[in-house]
Amino acid sequence: MAQTAAPGTSGARVTYDYVTRVINNTLGNPSKGYFALLGVAVGLLTIGIICLLFILRYGLGLAGYSHPVYWAVFITCFVFWVGIAHSGTLISAILFLFRSAWRTAVYRVAEAMTVFAVMTAGLFPLIHIGRQWYFYWLVPYPNERGLWPNFKSPLIWDEFAIGTYFTVSTVFLIMGLIPDIAAVRDLATGWRKKLYALTSLGWRGTNEQWRHYSRGYLYLAGLATPLVLSVHSVVSWDFAMAQVPAWHETIFAPYFVAGAIYSGVAMVISLLVPIRKLFHLEEVVTISHFENLAKLCLLTGMIVGFAYATEYFIAWYSGPTPENKAFWYRAFGPFWWAGWTMNVCNWFLPWILWFKKVRTNLTALFVISIFVNIGMWFERFVIIAIHLAGEPFEPFVKAGYNPTWADWGIMAGSFGWFFMWFLLFVKNFPAVSISEVKEVLPPPVRHGKGAHA
Amino acid sequence: MNPLKELFGGAMTPGVLGVFGHLDDTTRAVKDLKAEGREDFTVFSPMPRHELEDAIDRPVSSVRMYTLVGGIAGCSIGAWVTLYMSYDWPTLVGGKPIGSIPPYVVIMFEMTVLFGALNTLVGVALNALRAARREGTIPYDPRFSNDKFGLFVPCGPDKAGATEAWLKQHGAEEVRRA
Repeated sequence: MAQTAAPGTSGARVTYDYVTRVINNTLGNPSKGYFALLGVAVGLLTIGIICLLFILRYGLGLAGYSHPVYWAVFITCFVFWVGIAHSGTLISAILFLFRSAWRTAVYRVAEAMTVFAVMTAGLFPLIHIGRQWYFYWLVPYPNERGLWPNFKSPLIWDEFAIGTYFTVSTVFLIMGLIPDIAAVRDLATGWRKKLYALTSLGWRGTNEQWRHYSRGYLYLAGLATPLVLSVHSVVSWDFAMAQVPAWHETIFAPYFVAGAIYSGVAMVISLLVPIRKLFHLEEVVTISHFENLAKLCLLTGMIVGFAYATEYFIAWYSGPTPENKAFWYRAFGPFWWAGWTMNVCNWFLPWILWFKKVRTNLTALFVISIFVNIGMWFERFVIIAIHLAGEPFEPFVKAGYNPTWADWGIMAGSFGWFFMWFLLFVKNFPAVSISEVKEVLPPPVRHGKGAHA
Repeated sequence: MNPLKELFGGAMTPGVLGVFGHLDDTTRAVKDLKAEGREDFTVFSPMPRHELEDAIDRPVSSVRMYTLVGGIAGCSIGAWVTLYMSYDWPTLVGGKPIGSIPPYVVIMFEMTVLFGALNTLVGVALNALRAARREGTIPYDPRFSNDKFGLFVPCGPDKAGATEAWLKQHGAEEVRRA
């Protein structure tokens, strides 16, 4: 009996051979559109590097810091990029443990996005410290007086969490890639064959290899699942452990984790829509995959909206307190526009995802995903910079805060850095998992539907 | 002399390689081989399939022990690092005890995951290396990473003809002597 179509794929043509070839074709000669996108990314990165060089030469004063706003755009970008990373692990690890078959077509993009987003996030604490050449002071070793780092500080927890997250998500990405690199190795010629022969580590798909590999992958997924929940919780404690109004909240950990997955899923949609078109993956990455991503976006968006409502309610319910003033400042202070951008994009916009017509319309989803990420960037900006500016502990301070060209330039550079790595990855390594997509296809069998002999 | 070749690519194991186009044929062939008491065969597949795993019926991979040991070691290192460093230069922070466990749980947790994951990788690599010594001596077909299944049955030249016939009878589309 011939191989038939799998649920979630669009036609009977989707066989093992089709999957290998269509994904292998994404690695061919790049089109002009690809080079144009890569050019834009490198251009943005160049802007960021120039701004960073200015900051290195003239100091952090070039950024818009003004007392008491000493955590601003750089820390906002750090939290934003760590957040973007989260949905990758959700899709690759958590949905793997739940045996969600639909994840197979989209998880590689999400996982690569995770690694590159953490790489981007990791730059910001280094930029933020001002004297980048002393970055090694963050490493837990005693200083010249024999004093060790303070492990009661959430900033040290964060360092361990981000370091672990980057390492584990990279290992997870590479592990998943090995059988797929072997598949493209066997079709490649020239220098690509040499590259893939080296990076596939001698993979042949033998029963012994699969036996150990499958177990290892399962345990990595099992470890990555609590890790992803812990990482953004720890990031949220950078704020929640402090005494600043609108920071010192017990709901911060789940609120941040939901927000992170929300923005990350939106970024997966933003990345997948053009990749699917550019690389002709319409039959592997189908509308139903996008609908499932939209449902994830809807779920996490509702949790984020609930967290916003809880924050405002508690601020109102607690009476005339600094918390109350802080939330009044968020909604009606001088930065009201930032507060409302966040509310509109994250709180109200996801409601239209309740409609199936919207969830299955790629143009609508693409536009919504961009707005969700604008909203999520503003959420972090509002929480970090705006609440420091409006901190009512120091009534004599009439704090104003304006990001400068250096802030915006470095932020633009971070997008360039991220997209550059991502574009290089999708052109050189399989952007969709070949072996896992085959796993959800009905296998070719001679007798009957099942393969049980 | 290339030491890697010496280690992983010794003389070819004599036997017959069958190329299968159907999963159920491969599974049946594996089951029949097992029924004959054979364990020395090798199965190739482009993706993990539980039908094949059930038919091959090998014990659960030892990788799990690597994960467990790595996790326990990581947690212990996390506890040691935080407590040792706190007591080495006792500084009172926030009125909390010098060796305050709740904040250190975060470090212990992260180290558990980090070492657990890295040791899992070591476990997979070591097990794969052990298998590679034998697998380096058996033939491979590039279609095994695409859409074909493979079954390599070691046998002497005197039995190669019979093994070829046996594989064809079990649905092999192609057979090749090594």
